[in-house]
Amino acid sequence: MRLLPKEVDSLWTLFTAPVVWAGHFLICYVSVAIFCAKPGLLSFEFGSLRLGIALVTGATLVAITLSALLAWRQWGFGAHDPPHDDPTRHDRILFQGFATLLLSGLSFVAVVMTALPAMFMTECLR
Amino acid sequence: MIRPSDRLQDDEGDAQAARLRKVWANPGGWRYWTSVNNTQIGLWYAATAFIFLLFAGVLALIMRAQLAVPGNDLISADFYSQAFTLHGTVMMFLFAVPIFEAVAIFLLPPMLGARELPFPRLGAFGFWSFLLGGIFVCGSIFFDAAPSSGWFMYPPLATDENLSGIGADIWLLGLSFIEVASIAAAVELIVGIMKCRAPGMRINLMPLFAWYLLIVAGMILFAFPPLIAGDILFELQRMFDWPFFDPARGGDPLLWQHLFWIFGHPEVYIIFLPSIALMAMIVPTFAQRPIVGYSWIVLAAVGTGFLSFGLWVHHMFATGLPQISLAFFSAASEAVAIPTAVQIFVFIATMLAGRVIPSTPMLFGMGGIIIFVIGGLTGVMVAVAPFDWQAHDTYFIVAHLHYVLIGGMLFPVIAGIYYYYPLIDAKHLSDRLGRIAFWLMFAGFNVSFFPMHLTGLLGMPRRVFTYPDDVGWNGLNLISTLGAFVFAAGISLVVLDVLRPKHRQRRGEQNPWNAGTLEWISEPKENWGVRSIPFVASRYPLWDQPALARQIGEGRWYLPDAEEGRREGLVTSVLDARPEQVLRVGGTSYVTIISALSLGAVFVALTFKWWIATMVAATVCFCAIVYWLWTGTAEIPEKAEKEVGVGLTLPLYTSGPPSVGWWAMFITMVGDSTAFASLVFGYFFYWTIHDDFTAGVIGPGMKWPLLSAALFVAAWLMVLMARHLNGRGSIILTRAVLAVGVVLAVVASTAGFAGPWQYGMDPRAHVYAAIVWLLTAWTLVHAATGAVMLAYCLARHFAGRLTKDHDMDIGNVALYWHFMAITAVVTFIVIGLFPEVL
Repeated sequence: MRLLPKEVDSLWTLFTAPVVWAGHFLICYVSVAIFCAKPGLLSFEFGSLRLGIALVTGATLVAITLSALLAWRQWGFGAHDPPHDDPTRHDRILFQGFATLLLSGLSFVAVVMTALPAMFMTECLR
Repeated sequence: MIRPSDRLQDDEGDAQAARLRKVWANPGGWRYWTSVNNTQIGLWYAATAFIFLLFAGVLALIMRAQLAVPGNDLISADFYSQAFTLHGTVMMFLFAVPIFEAVAIFLLPPMLGARELPFPRLGAFGFWSFLLGGIFVCGSIFFDAAPSSGWFMYPPLATDENLSGIGADIWLLGLSFIEVASIAAAVELIVGIMKCRAPGMRINLMPLFAWYLLIVAGMILFAFPPLIAGDILFELQRMFDWPFFDPARGGDPLLWQHLFWIFGHPEVYIIFLPSIALMAMIVPTFAQRPIVGYSWIVLAAVGTGFLSFGLWVHHMFATGLPQISLAFFSAASEAVAIPTAVQIFVFIATMLAGRVIPSTPMLFGMGGIIIFVIGGLTGVMVAVAPFDWQAHDTYFIVAHLHYVLIGGMLFPVIAGIYYYYPLIDAKHLSDRLGRIAFWLMFAGFNVSFFPMHLTGLLGMPRRVFTYPDDVGWNGLNLISTLGAFVFAAGISLVVLDVLRPKHRQRRGEQNPWNAGTLEWISEPKENWGVRSIPFVASRYPLWDQPALARQIGEGRWYLPDAEEGRREGLVTSVLDARPEQVLRVGGTSYVTIISALSLGAVFVALTFKWWIATMVAATVCFCAIVYWLWTGTAEIPEKAEKEVGVGLTLPLYTSGPPSVGWWAMFITMVGDSTAFASLVFGYFFYWTIHDDFTAGVIGPGMKWPLLSAALFVAAWLMVLMARHLNGRGSIILTRAVLAVGVVLAVVASTAGFAGPWQYGMDPRAHVYAAIVWLLTAWTLVHAATGAVMLAYCLARHFAGRLTKDHDMDIGNVALYWHFMAITAVVTFIVIGLFPEVL
């Protein structure tokens, strides 16, 4: 069984990690907005919501790490140094891998930063 | 390695060049204005945007003169309100965004080694729309009818017709029109960058300017549509009293703030990134080395593009949202500083690694970055909610936003003018005047705007037309006013430098700064973009392929000729830029001007509620666009393939995903879906803020909406079947199925209409009825468009312009119908099921 999925040759993989960040951000924002606006609708405590956000954050970070792993592989596990500016398919793929890896790193940090408020805030104070 | 063709005999080469020149020539006399060439459109666009900048700048000076001393009565409070509203609006919508479109249209084709962008007529259409919309919005102040509620038009002030007058309508409709032009430009740029790069220019070799522009155009697709959706809600309230923002009938003014800032914050980066993109071209040239950290710039551009969509609520910190919500946006606002800073460090590293040649463009660029960094740092401060509560709506914010926008946008744009001016007429702007202008602007800017941080912290609110004598703001305001005039003197000097006659100045060399990127092969006296389309094998082809410029000029690369008398370019693959097709683009035409002016007339007539004029203009616009499509798109070529030089033969016709038309449709519909998603967001927004958001109003029931959804799915299946049958060559069946598709679209629309109609929902009574009607109307308008498209395909099929082998039209229409089906299903499931299941 292969551990990592087959390599995909597409422009869109570049955006994987930021899209995951966007999904995580939306889940955090929407869930809190609904919870705080409609206290009667959801029958659980704020603490459970925070736990939910923590779990989603964990899953998100795993997804971003996976994207980073795939990117790292595409980048040849760092065996080649940038700038990857040769006019070859090989260098184009290395460039994509490296840029995707960098974006995964940024997305990882941004997800952690987005989730931090849920660690400290304990109520829907306005 | 691909090698160029052998050199032609002189007379043969001259004959080729003459044919090419004739094909790309502009018409003479007043027909010059029907040109669609990217060079002309880019220049007109830029010149118009600059005139709007100067206009808005004069408004700013009037405001500063009014604020120079306390209790001043130079202008009235109402005029002051019109001035600041128009100043912000014009700077954002009529200068900052259009100037980037202008620069992109002008620079991108030669930079990508292309002849033209894929849809030159669309570019011209965008320009004429922008010009008309801009004149309409700006002209209003001369009739004392300008918008006066602030550039973000908050309700309830701006929805009150007595308080805001017709100005708010002018803002909403005039700018909606310009937003359409921006989305058109985004489509043009995305397709151009992805599909029209010179052969060999893989994505790892693409100029950074193109990377930035790709991201920015993508951002436009997701940022502008929410504002268009907001404009629709707003105008429906003003025109027909649908209560979207009226709390008494279930509406909420905050929805407008959400929609506006979902647009408004990415907008800042839509403005900033293209300007920093200019720096990414200028810095390597004057450091005389490739940029350090190309991939890091791509990271920064993509990262900023995404994160900028998670910041909008930081404009709403003072609206009473739950603090944890504020904190999410606060965190994202801090996070965006990371990719922003990466770009600055990349520039510093490039300068350190090379040997910087001092020059006027670098002066403006570096000055701008210093100012921008200060604005960025105050941005980090106001991203912290408790600090923002103190600074909100004070002059501190005015200082912050001007540091960001003038440092991050205006200074780099002026650097770009000094840098790229030789591309316009092979002459230089004056270094001496440039330096004086820079120091006047740099000093004037800081003298004017730095004190505003302090006036803000001392409590001076924004948008006040005067202030009392005894609150300690006098000295700081006077200094700001003096600085503003010094800054304006600097700008005037730049204008003077651009306009002064230069006929005595000798024409300079083709690449005066010894830059490495392809735009510098463009010859200002020629209209063809590039003499032949090169094979690119480097990020800086003019540095690394020393013979390339000469070979291009000798016509030894692709498409050096125009035997058939047509304007042609190459379409290449997205990742590796493999040549795929010869694209024939539209030439000089009136139809773009007629379409833009008639569409503009629709918006103007709507503003004044001239319904008959609206109908007439809409009919003219519809006919013009159909004529444009019929005569100018999906043309069946006289032969299947064409030899393009260097031993390569390419098809003249493609359809489906390899074709540029398919991509344009896909991108347009992504933008359209974003607007639709914003309306659905509105539906659920109203649901969250009320215990029972239907307020007892009877809904459209389940029967009609679900029936309509099913019928729309059936219509969509007909479209797919028609595409399939056409592919098999079944002529009669294709026509029959297309006709059935039209009928089904009409029947489905009738069923969709029947729901809210049969249950007597009154959109003026409550916001629930209004939003249900709006979602229904959105779907029906799209269905009508879809039905027209099917009828168009049917007509093309009868006319022999849509055949088994030439099926671009049906391919693109099927793509539209994928989105149509999603829209219909989502709409009718939401309005039919959602209130019922809870």
